[in-house]
Amino acid sequence: MTKYLLAALAACMLCVGMAAAQDSPIQTLLQENRELIEKSSRRTIGPAIDALRDSGLPAAETVLEKWRDKDLWQRESDGLFFFAEKIDRDTLQLIDIATGDPLGEVPDDDMDQLKPNSGVRGMIAAALVQFQLQSPERRKRIAALNSIQRDPEPEHLDALRAAVEDEPDATIRTREERLLRLLTISYGASEETRIEAIRSFSGDTGVDVRAALNPLLATSRQAAEGDIPEGENVARKLRPGQEDFTKEDAYSLLVSKDLAPARISRADKRAALEANIADGQVGGVPVEHLNTEAARERAYASLAEAGTVPPTATEAEFEAALDAHVFYDRYAELSEAVTDAARGTLTSITTRVGLSQALDLSLDALSLASIYFLAAIGLAITFGVMGVINMAHGEFIMMGAYTGYVVQQLVPDYTISIIIALPLAFAVTFAAGVAMERLVIRWLYSRPLETLLATFGISIALQQLAKNIFGTQARPLTSPDWLDGALVLSDVVSISYIRIAIFVLALVFLAIFLFIMRRTRLGLELRAVTQNPRMAASMGINPDRINMLAFGLGSGIAGIAGVAIGLYAKVTSELGQDYIVQSFMTVVVGGVGNIWGTLLGATMIGFLQKGIEWLNPSNTLAAQTYMIIFIIIFIQFRPRGIIALKGRAAGD
Amino acid sequence: MKLRMTSALLGALAFATTALAQDDTIKVGVLHSLSGTMAISETTLKDTMLMLIEEQNKKGGVLGKQLEAVVVDPASDWPLFAEKARELLTVENVDVMFGCWTSVSRKSVLPVIEELNGLLFYPVQYEGEESSKNVFYTGAAPNQQAIPATDYFLEELGVEKFALLGTDYVYPRTTNNILESYLKDKGIAEEDIFVNYTPFGHSDWSKIVSDVVALGADGKKVGVISTINGDANIGFYKELAAQGVSADDIPVVAFSVGAEALSGLDTSNLVGHLAAWNYFMSADTPENETFIETWHDFIGDEARVTNDPMEAHYIGFNMWVNAVEEAGTTDVDAVSKAMIGQEFPNLTGSTAEMLPNHHLTKPVLIGEILDDGQFDIISETDPVPGDAWTDYLPESAVLTSDWAELDCGMYNTETETCVQIKSNY
Amino acid sequence: MTRSFLARNPSVLIFIACLALFTLAVTLMSEAGGSGAISTSFVKTLGKTLCLCLVALAMDLVWGYTGILSLGHMAFFGLGGYMIGMWLMYARTETIVTASMSNAAIPPTDQEIVDAIGTQIFGVVGGSEFPPVWAFADSLWMQLALVVLVPGLLALVFGWLAFRSRVTGVYLSILTQAMTLALALYLFQNDSGLRGNNGLSGLQNIPGLTGMPQSVLSLWFFWASAFALGAGYLLCAWVVSGKFGSVIRGIRDDEARVRFLGYSVEGYKLFVFTLTAVIAGIAGALYYPQAGIINPAEIAPIASIYLAVWVAIGGRGRLYGAVIGAAFVSLLSTWFTGGQVPSVPLGFYTVDWVDWWQVLLGLSFVLVTLFAPQGIGGLFDLVTGRRPPDRHGADLGPDKGSFREREAEQ
Repeated sequence: MTKYLLAALAACMLCVGMAAAQDSPIQTLLQENRELIEKSSRRTIGPAIDALRDSGLPAAETVLEKWRDKDLWQRESDGLFFFAEKIDRDTLQLIDIATGDPLGEVPDDDMDQLKPNSGVRGMIAAALVQFQLQSPERRKRIAALNSIQRDPEPEHLDALRAAVEDEPDATIRTREERLLRLLTISYGASEETRIEAIRSFSGDTGVDVRAALNPLLATSRQAAEGDIPEGENVARKLRPGQEDFTKEDAYSLLVSKDLAPARISRADKRAALEANIADGQVGGVPVEHLNTEAARERAYASLAEAGTVPPTATEAEFEAALDAHVFYDRYAELSEAVTDAARGTLTSITTRVGLSQALDLSLDALSLASIYFLAAIGLAITFGVMGVINMAHGEFIMMGAYTGYVVQQLVPDYTISIIIALPLAFAVTFAAGVAMERLVIRWLYSRPLETLLATFGISIALQQLAKNIFGTQARPLTSPDWLDGALVLSDVVSISYIRIAIFVLALVFLAIFLFIMRRTRLGLELRAVTQNPRMAASMGINPDRINMLAFGLGSGIAGIAGVAIGLYAKVTSELGQDYIVQSFMTVVVGGVGNIWGTLLGATMIGFLQKGIEWLNPSNTLAAQTYMIIFIIIFIQFRPRGIIALKGRAAGD
Repeated sequence: MKLRMTSALLGALAFATTALAQDDTIKVGVLHSLSGTMAISETTLKDTMLMLIEEQNKKGGVLGKQLEAVVVDPASDWPLFAEKARELLTVENVDVMFGCWTSVSRKSVLPVIEELNGLLFYPVQYEGEESSKNVFYTGAAPNQQAIPATDYFLEELGVEKFALLGTDYVYPRTTNNILESYLKDKGIAEEDIFVNYTPFGHSDWSKIVSDVVALGADGKKVGVISTINGDANIGFYKELAAQGVSADDIPVVAFSVGAEALSGLDTSNLVGHLAAWNYFMSADTPENETFIETWHDFIGDEARVTNDPMEAHYIGFNMWVNAVEEAGTTDVDAVSKAMIGQEFPNLTGSTAEMLPNHHLTKPVLIGEILDDGQFDIISETDPVPGDAWTDYLPESAVLTSDWAELDCGMYNTETETCVQIKSNY
Repeated sequence: MTRSFLARNPSVLIFIACLALFTLAVTLMSEAGGSGAISTSFVKTLGKTLCLCLVALAMDLVWGYTGILSLGHMAFFGLGGYMIGMWLMYARTETIVTASMSNAAIPPTDQEIVDAIGTQIFGVVGGSEFPPVWAFADSLWMQLALVVLVPGLLALVFGWLAFRSRVTGVYLSILTQAMTLALALYLFQNDSGLRGNNGLSGLQNIPGLTGMPQSVLSLWFFWASAFALGAGYLLCAWVVSGKFGSVIRGIRDDEARVRFLGYSVEGYKLFVFTLTAVIAGIAGALYYPQAGIINPAEIAPIASIYLAVWVAIGGRGRLYGAVIGAAFVSLLSTWFTGGQVPSVPLGFYTVDWVDWWQVLLGLSFVLVTLFAPQGIGGLFDLVTGRRPPDRHGADLGPDKGSFREREAEQ
């Protein structure tokens, strides 16, 4: 209580002291626009911002900046504006808006923070352009350019032209020049300069270029009596009844332009009939017979004959109305030369955009394929080479991901934690795999179906355990800064670094797999044991040990895959579930027992899924459904996969 | 936390046995999943209910009797919701139920409570197109969340092209349907509306985000309206951040993302993206401060956040308490009657009123994501009355719901007939 | 023939008798039939459990006897439910719509009625038009036929494709699982026309019987389920006895040998696969009106795996084993997840069964597979004194002759 009293006292004293400062011209200006600023809506705020921008006051720029950064506050009691900084939860440090002098600390009860929404902030930023474009600070100049790019206005053209000339920084200068050309397209003074600017962008795939060109080519559908009026920039003449412009469309266009009377809809007819029921009859038809369309037509016709309701337009009238009018698409842009140039440039761009999109899609597909491959590579060992069905494989992936999460909780540096997490995830899942092999799987080598069920039992137990330990909430696994962002080749083609990292990781594991299987003793022994355990045993190989190590290796790789997948998506207890069926599919489709098959399988599934997504962009679920159906059919025709093992190695 | 929950359960069990002998408690059923996929969201609501009941009992209960929570676990299994609801109503004889999260669970429970004349408070924002005699909808209808957020996009951000991204289930489907028709009313052309549905838990967002970015190619400002549910949001926002989509270029407004969903994320790249709710934890009112404090005390964890459905339960529960006091009985019909017109201050500074269509009046808040993962409330409307049947779909525009005078939840204003007394499920 | 069949299979008579007794007991204790000791919701649970037992029977036939580990039978079960659900929804909505439209000033046309029904059913998921799959939804008999035909045909086509290309063993399991996943994902889409994630709901309200209280309806469905289970048991027992049964057991133990003996292995497998799919479809059609709602989550691959778990715990290769397994595990599951089992305080940690039941189930499943491949049914062998040899999981192939000899000695 005393605290408040003191604060109020302090505030009062400050008020007296500040009285002079409050009459500053900038405060007066703000007070004049107080209502608009308080309302803070993009629709109405314009005049207030313009007034500040054009005021010529030295403080205007700072006020606009602070306002945009939500540092401008208003005192409820008298409506005066201040800058303020938060000292703690309830206290503010007030600063005078004209002089920048600190005015002391006050409690925040009486103060309202102005929170311009991002629409208003955009407008403030646009107003700031003229202050910032030639600012000595590089950061501010870039902000100004961003703002121009977002909301280009005709007056920016001159400001930009002035700025280009004495821009010291080469990168900014290039950007300014590009922006200048872009603005010229829309706001250039003469037709020639505009066309020149348009032509200069030929083959440029940037979204901003298309965003500048497309509005020039925007059309609206028009209808006119007789001939097309003079001075219209016609894009295309339309004939009613052609493919994308039916007679119905044409007529409704006429109706919407008030050039023809509306046709009467079924519902209107029904309403008209309802309104004209007399003695249980409408137009001579008994009401209870009105349960067919034909009877209703009859009743309506007789009502129309009697003149009670407007008659429906006949076919002949309909045709006559269409014949009497011309239909065409019209460019909003009046100059034909400009639209022609824009169309020419855009055509040259479109082909390149198409190619780039295909490239982008392929990159996406490749990235998805590498994720599937990474998830499946462990299975390629346990299932592909050893023939053990491990339904808990997905849970090993999950364990890897959670290991990554736990490490990140203990080691706050993301780079170091990833470096620790990868081998640790391998170790954890390796141990889990070995334990599972020793305790469960080795008793079931001759009963593959039961292996499937037993490992499934382990899978549900592990999943629930993860829920009990970590909760059902998705856990964050944050990638280090150097993996943030994307490699941008153009506005169309880009791929995030994390996906590139996963791709590289997949390649690394392919190499490791090949190395182990072909160049190490373990690989040799493993191949021997899987081909003929008894013969291998008589050669002095311990099949138990080999099986155990191989299974551990497969599980360990799953753990590392888990860290990678967690980085790009999320860590939940159901993480493994999302990948298990696809992983088995990958291995089966590719061909069991062959790593190249798994690679091909993953690639095929990745490209297939992206291909279907491209065909049907509005429904990703459909893509997954059709992909699985395709795989089922594919397996019917190549039951042993893309690369089928031949001869003895094929086993049964 | 776990311990507390179990002891509460044990307590409830112990109570249940004694209650058989002397009927001096009022039973409140809590029908929220404690296991399965929905447990993450619903467990919090169960705890909220236990907290509210405990608080009420400290104040002396209702009608001089203590309240007793009967907690069951429908395990995120939709048929089980119906079974458990029947059990609550016939075996436990509860007087009121608070529960459900997903629409499909509500639809599963509906026939049972309508048959047995139960009472359910449903606390989650939903797709509307329903008004049951036995349900009070304390969450937002589309006109209390989706439509105002779209208006905000149109008017404040000047968005001209819309990407409606959603998880493939009822709420996004219906909401997007309503929004599409609303946007067309507002003069947005059909080709300027891009719709995409993804499965639950979707993680491969790169193509969809690229598609959205590519929408900007015709020079119109693009905005994303997201009804993406649950975990899938993490992948979506990560991809947004990775592709460098800034909120100033392509703003995203989400209807089902709360502060707890963002806790799985590094939000520094997401600053400025939006969420529309009827409540944010950052609301600066004394009621909210008390609520958060009570919640932290009850749950024993200062880090736990509060969310919109919790506020819905807070309002719903208090209104029910007042209605019971007013009616002097827990009889469903009498309480339902007393519920209509109940007023109770919500946590964001205005007053909620229960309307004859069993929906609340709610203010619509729009929050911007801050870099600490909290939401900064940048816009708050006056309370908007909830509309059971949307005005933007032709079939629903003619329907209205009024349990006070028409005694019908699906009344056709054109033919002036009650289409049906029970709900369609 | 019948006499000798029953004489050879005394367990059939015992089973039918037990089932009859159980049905009678439940009827007498139900709310509608007498004392009311069993609540309506529990009668429904029991009725549903009987349906699960029926589908477990089918699973046992296809897995325990023929050796095909199908992870797709719950999909057939769900399809049966969807087929009956379509009629239930359509007919119920039709009554409501005609009643409300008859008040209008002008009688509705047939098209208007259909449109209104469409709006009611699909309004929830933002549509109003009937997709083609609903073509027969207005006819109960057609939909009943589809309950049998749709799962049957799907199984026939899928089985034909799979068996023809000799997909066997774990590959087949994975393939059936993929089929189930594809079906579930397909149904999850709204565009599939079956209301997507919401599925079909309100199925417990039988059109035309709106006045009937649920207590009576639940009993009727309980009887129907019990009858179906009894009939299914008879059918399965008949199939597995005699020569046909020997052949399919032969296929399970060594497919190649049976083929070399001149039997059409593919034909036998296809028959069993299709027959069991039909049984599963019928079980589903009885289950979902009791559950009240069907949606794609019911079809997810996990459900089919649980089905295999039930059969394995109950005991494969014996029909009563499947029934016992399904009843035991599903009821236990209900009990544990219901939150009614007291928690176990361990001092430092409290075991809350809602959280730990899944772990327990998963581990017990591993243990059963490892140590008691005979499942619960094996207990009956203990009683009757039939002891299987302990082979530690080794199979009884020709090159493991030593095992055979020792077993023969026992």
